[in-house]
Amino acid sequence: MVAAQPKRSPLHATHEALGARFMEFAGWLMPLQYTGVIEEHLAVRMAAGLFDVSHMGRLEIRGRDALALIQKVTCNDAARLRDHQVQYSALTTERGTFVDDLTVYRFREDHFLLCVNAANREKDARWIREHREGEEAEVYDISDHLAQLALQGPAASEILQPLTDVQLDHIRFYWFEHGEVAGVSCLISRTGYTGEDGFELYVPVASVEWVWNRLLDAGQAAGLKPCGLAARNTLRLEARMLLYGHDMDETTTVWEADLGWIVKLEKGDFIGRDALRRQKEEGVQRKLIGFEVHDRTPARTGYPVLIRGRIVGEVTSGSYAPFLRKNIGLTYLPIEHTTVGTRFQIRVREREVEAEVVPTPFYKRPR
Amino acid sequence: MATYPEDCLYTREHEWIRVEDDTGVIGITDYAQEALGDIVYVELPSVGDHFSQGEPFGNVESVKAVSELYMPVSGEILEINEDLAESPQLVNEDPYGDGWMVKIALSDPTELETLMSASEYEAYVREEKEK
Repeated sequence: MVAAQPKRSPLHATHEALGARFMEFAGWLMPLQYTGVIEEHLAVRMAAGLFDVSHMGRLEIRGRDALALIQKVTCNDAARLRDHQVQYSALTTERGTFVDDLTVYRFREDHFLLCVNAANREKDARWIREHREGEEAEVYDISDHLAQLALQGPAASEILQPLTDVQLDHIRFYWFEHGEVAGVSCLISRTGYTGEDGFELYVPVASVEWVWNRLLDAGQAAGLKPCGLAARNTLRLEARMLLYGHDMDETTTVWEADLGWIVKLEKGDFIGRDALRRQKEEGVQRKLIGFEVHDRTPARTGYPVLIRGRIVGEVTSGSYAPFLRKNIGLTYLPIEHTTVGTRFQIRVREREVEAEVVPTPFYKRPR
Repeated sequence: MATYPEDCLYTREHEWIRVEDDTGVIGITDYAQEALGDIVYVELPSVGDHFSQGEPFGNVESVKAVSELYMPVSGEILEINEDLAESPQLVNEDPYGDGWMVKIALSDPTELETLMSASEYEAYVREEKEK
């Protein structure tokens, strides 16, 4: 089999000129880092960072029954959304496990945008189409027409405001507006994957380089830095935001991933509802927890997790946390071992290091 | 641009050694630290430990990855760089200076002949990059 060439962002040449180092992620060649992961991570916590997240999948759902279709395939209650509101949700299987996690954007009752994981874009579109039974709604993959930028950090608003007429302080967290940024018509969404305040901009591909450069210029004085996927990963982990394919997938249920807050059993029927209701009544056998390592060695993704000498799983996400300056991670533990303060071990090469269940998110931004 | 000091000898695993009389100071090269990215922990052996040429003597952990450290030549650990415990980023900032890792007593100085000179190592890195 000949390996497919990874896809490139419309900003690829711009990243090269900025000296980015690239990595392959979900079939895309994306910036791993520019100057260094720690510097970029701290810029987002203290000032702001600009990420190219064009690899994300963008699916549009249009038609009279768009809401009904979304209600059927997701576990959160999309009927609670008002126009221009965003919701974190999941596409669930009959078993209550994850087809994907996603954000649902409502334009109108007959028009939604789903932002999904890069690796799952085709799978999700197929899944939604397959589960359409008479609903009058179409699924359009518009990923290739739009680029996506994330401007994240406490200075995001002050950097973006001079470039747009949209009153940013009127956009609440998890809401969005249409508007021009540097003269380019964009969707401005107050969302992100870093644990900070900030915006995601959906920009026409042809204009994204212009918008990217205007943002970098506008943010220079405030300390804005271009940031790669390495910092995106450590930032989301500190904020305990899950990564599909690592922290959850088609083998883990939404309850097990400790995302019960996005399960709305009372909203009406949806795929996976019976399984999730049953598991709620019976209780879960295991749960995703956050841990801190009592050692200088990072406990990395895939390292075996032990309780009293027995392997019970592996680290699903683990890293040095640049802002907290600790080694943290996520793993599934048997439910009787998930109380905060519980000690367990992680095998790091030939050693076993001590870890402890801690409250999450590890990092919460000051408000 | 990576640098290659003339007073060091180099391994294929990107360690350097600077020899004075029968002792050698060991670290990782500029190329290695740049490839690893931000270093957050360096696991070093204890003073008095013995290692053979090519044997792993520690680990260097960056945010992204972990990498083993290999002995350029056989010897006994005389000293470790204690500053790296609190400031592992010294390896990024000054890989051939303050970012040194261990000082050893060489048990067989003839092993030095198997290592690369600065110009040989530079050519080797160029090849690695083209792969």
